[in-house]
Amino acid sequence: MTVVGERLQPTLFELSRPGRGGGKIPHPPAGALDRIPAGARRVSPPALPELAEPEVVRHYVNLSTLNYSVDAGFYPLGSCTMKFNPKLNEWAARLPGFAGLHPMAPDALAQGTLALLFELEEMLAEISGMAAVTLQPAAGAHGELTGILMVRAYHRSRGDLERTEVLVPDSSHGTNPATASMAGFRTVTIPSATDGGVDLDAFRAALGPRTAAIMITNPSTLGLFERRIGELLEATHAAGALAYMDGANLNAILGRFRPGEAGFDVMHFNVHKTFSTPHGGGGPGAGPVGVRANLVPFLPGPRVLREDDGTYRLERTGERSTSIGRMRSFVGSTGVLVRAYAYLRAHGASGLCEVSDDAVLAANYLKARLSPAYLVPFERACMHEFVASAADIKHRTGVRTLDIAKRLIDKGYHPPTIYFPLTVEEGMLIEPTETESLETLDAFADALLEIAREADTDPEVVTSAPHTAPVRRLDEATAARQPNLRWRGMTGAQTPCPD
Amino acid sequence: MVPSDLRYTKEHEWIRVEGDEAVIGITQHAADQLGDIVFVELPDAGRALQQAATFGVVESVKAVSDLYAPVSGEVCGTNDALSGAPEVVNTDPYGAGWMLRVRLADAGELDALLDADAYDALIAEG
Amino acid sequence: MPYGPHVADDRARMLETIGVASVDELFDAIPSALRAGPLRLDGPEPELELSARLVGLAARNRVDLASFLGAGAYRHWTPAVVDQMLLRGEWYTAYTPYQPEVSQGTLQSIYEYQSMLAELTGLDVVSASHYDGGAATAEAALMTCRATRRDRVLVSRAVHPHYRQTVQTYADGAGLVADDIPLVAEGPLAGTTDLAALAALLADPARPVAGVVAAQPNVLGLLEDMPGIGRLAHAAGALFVSVIEPVSLAVLAPPGEYGADIAAGEGQPLGIPLQYGGPYLGIVSCTDPLVRQIPGRLVGQTTDLDGRRAFVMTMRAREQDIRREKAVSNICTNQALLALAASVYLAAIGPHGLRDVAAGGAARASELEAALAAAGAPRLHAGPYLNEFVVRVPGARGVHARLLERGVLAGIPTADLLPDEPSLSDGLLVCATEVTTPAEIELFASALRSELAGVAVAGGVR
Repeated sequence: MTVVGERLQPTLFELSRPGRGGGKIPHPPAGALDRIPAGARRVSPPALPELAEPEVVRHYVNLSTLNYSVDAGFYPLGSCTMKFNPKLNEWAARLPGFAGLHPMAPDALAQGTLALLFELEEMLAEISGMAAVTLQPAAGAHGELTGILMVRAYHRSRGDLERTEVLVPDSSHGTNPATASMAGFRTVTIPSATDGGVDLDAFRAALGPRTAAIMITNPSTLGLFERRIGELLEATHAAGALAYMDGANLNAILGRFRPGEAGFDVMHFNVHKTFSTPHGGGGPGAGPVGVRANLVPFLPGPRVLREDDGTYRLERTGERSTSIGRMRSFVGSTGVLVRAYAYLRAHGASGLCEVSDDAVLAANYLKARLSPAYLVPFERACMHEFVASAADIKHRTGVRTLDIAKRLIDKGYHPPTIYFPLTVEEGMLIEPTETESLETLDAFADALLEIAREADTDPEVVTSAPHTAPVRRLDEATAARQPNLRWRGMTGAQTPCPD
Repeated sequence: MVPSDLRYTKEHEWIRVEGDEAVIGITQHAADQLGDIVFVELPDAGRALQQAATFGVVESVKAVSDLYAPVSGEVCGTNDALSGAPEVVNTDPYGAGWMLRVRLADAGELDALLDADAYDALIAEG
Repeated sequence: MPYGPHVADDRARMLETIGVASVDELFDAIPSALRAGPLRLDGPEPELELSARLVGLAARNRVDLASFLGAGAYRHWTPAVVDQMLLRGEWYTAYTPYQPEVSQGTLQSIYEYQSMLAELTGLDVVSASHYDGGAATAEAALMTCRATRRDRVLVSRAVHPHYRQTVQTYADGAGLVADDIPLVAEGPLAGTTDLAALAALLADPARPVAGVVAAQPNVLGLLEDMPGIGRLAHAAGALFVSVIEPVSLAVLAPPGEYGADIAAGEGQPLGIPLQYGGPYLGIVSCTDPLVRQIPGRLVGQTTDLDGRRAFVMTMRAREQDIRREKAVSNICTNQALLALAASVYLAAIGPHGLRDVAAGGAARASELEAALAAAGAPRLHAGPYLNEFVVRVPGARGVHARLLERGVLAGIPTADLLPDEPSLSDGLLVCATEVTTPAEIELFASALRSELAGVAVAGGVR
């Protein structure tokens, strides 16, 4: 991708010189702070860096060039849905009418945004077959917690206090059991069947009067549609439990499967996956939650309501006493939601169906191109992603999935998701999405096949990869043993700046 | 071959009996599986342990593992060197990488543990 | 489909390679009884029409009023350089930096953010960010329970009501108790946390407290006796969580100077637009002994194989993908792009600039206080404030509504913000920042004067 060590940057603290920069904020009159008691005043000023604007720009522009990004290349990251981030959406979110609106502004001043949020809820409800949607959660995991807290409230409202367990398959994303714990539930992990789906018998055995909910990702984290989902949902409801769907893999099933219609009681959406809002280097995302009618009373507040005269308002505090309450301040990550709204309107129903069709087509195409060099443990068609295993390569040559991932960097690609789910040995979860051209897909497949050949002929070049990233492999053990989590003034022992 | 003077659990802890006390750690196999160990969380002195219950955690860069008490007893010492140099668990798990010293509650519990041969067999088949 | 590159030939080639006749076959695993019917959605809408629709929606919002509204989200001037950097695709279309070799931009910028925020909080560690001030405060409360192995927290009623409600929701889920600390109702300390009541709450030996949560400035804009609250908390074996506002930390004593163990707060004032509530920036900061309990990502410094300095996500074993049900939190993301915005903002204005933002707001707030008092609305409270305060206005809700028609967003009626505080039934919480102009202050004051005069003329207080 680049020459190692090129364009590494000193930190802002190393660039700082006293007296540099400033001048952007007018200097207030002397004595502005005199009325603040001395005991409440800061004794020593914060040691923040001082830079002039040209240096700030150089710093952040050059740092940015050290990043891989969707705008620059392909991320075959399974379960992340790294599709193109439409530029119209960036423009829309920045419209001053949206960006400049205060979250506590009276409803009369916020009619545009409230209308957008109301319509977005309706669109998500239609897509998922749910009765209602909350846009409040700030991320998928936040949505999971919201959903599971609603499940908890539901059972408690029925006097059903013995339901203390949540069942998850062993292939589940780590957020699922972590969420269950935060909501006070014990996680029971159910092993997968050999065909990659849920082990229905094991689930039935575990379902009972202590089960509050099951949490299922569908398609699963292995990229497979859960064929036994109907029976699983029936068994869940028969046991008096509710069914939560982790919607991370929604990109596979738009227009083909509506979770609420099929029997899921609650699900979350990852708008930064399925609906193209940008990942931002790790966030912000948003995690709206859809519910069937039985859970509507428990939705977090305030909800967006439409009056008979067509105007919109927020629920008042205490207006709906059954609500689980607030999950965060204000109404939600509206800036992210404006982007999702634009995406959905740009596509319409036909566009969304094409999205899933092309996503599934592309994944199956890559899967076909990569075998037999990479073993795919499951015979049948995958959905929008698939797991390829490098176990054969490892046993034959010692080269592991980690090494293959790092070598892909040299070929110009971001690695796929590796070692997740944990149920496949030396696994690589590959998700192309619908926005990569056939040329890109072919070039990526060619690169992976070449690495498989390199594993046999020149394994060292793979195990010591990457060779052409800005930095080589990192010492993560020392980083964890002796954490250095912030800059502290220059000392003699300071690691020298790269030049 | 693991040291023959120790006894072992299925969860890959070892225990060395010294009179009415015992020293506990994890095996080389466990340390190898975890990779570079970065942190060991141990209970405070005085804490009561129950055989087979968790008493702490071992973290590596990419994984984490609970520690299970091989025997019941009272914690009477922990290896403070591990907070500054957890990597010694990887390099010398049976010596300088020891974790806990306990006062045994019931020496009979030792009978339930594996001897060196049985533990070797366990890791050979796994 | 507006963004898909495939043409018919591409699809045909892919189908042939896969060995199926149509894409429908790839969906065979969906049981026929569960197949979706047709989706009923508007669109597709081409960019020309969609952009007009979006402009129309944005135009239905009113952002042109002279605004004195704070209450947890603040108008500041963001230097143009911030958004110019955020518009770079290398920043906003990058993924989470799990592959550090190709993510040094994001990783270094987060390390710099952690460093700069640690300078502001005066504590040892700052996480890579949480969702917003509310979720950050809730998770800070949970931290105190984990660290002390106690199950009760006390939260001042002068912490932002949204944050208190979020703490309550999270506490309910975790089986913890969150009790209120009342406010002083009258006298010179009115509107601040009642320390005598706090001491009484802490004194119950049957119900030990894990953490005490108070805000500085508090939601009414008032300055609290944070060292005093901290002493009471620590004497009872509880941890002290301070809810902070980052701009104020340029001039006010930071948590590290008054003995807080954890700081939580909202980073929106650091270069992030109002956006009707988000995405915002949750700040979580703590002392070294608590670092293993902090939720969210941490970026650390290390070296690569060749000895180059580099940055990497570290101490990951706390996080959900490794620790699963025993994870410190289920949080999987951070607000990376907003942390970047805050970093560019701080780099662009520098420490003197940040001080000037805080002091400028204080100066304007003093002018606002004088102007409103002269117009007939004096401050309700006596204690010191930085740039936000409550004024006494009879019939506040009605006055607020009529001032809207005159082009003034007169803060927020305290009866709406804190309906459970009877002492606040007739007030407006107003704020000023460095962007508030004398003309806006004059508009507010004169509109208020004529409103209050009109009330008097009409005969009596409403």
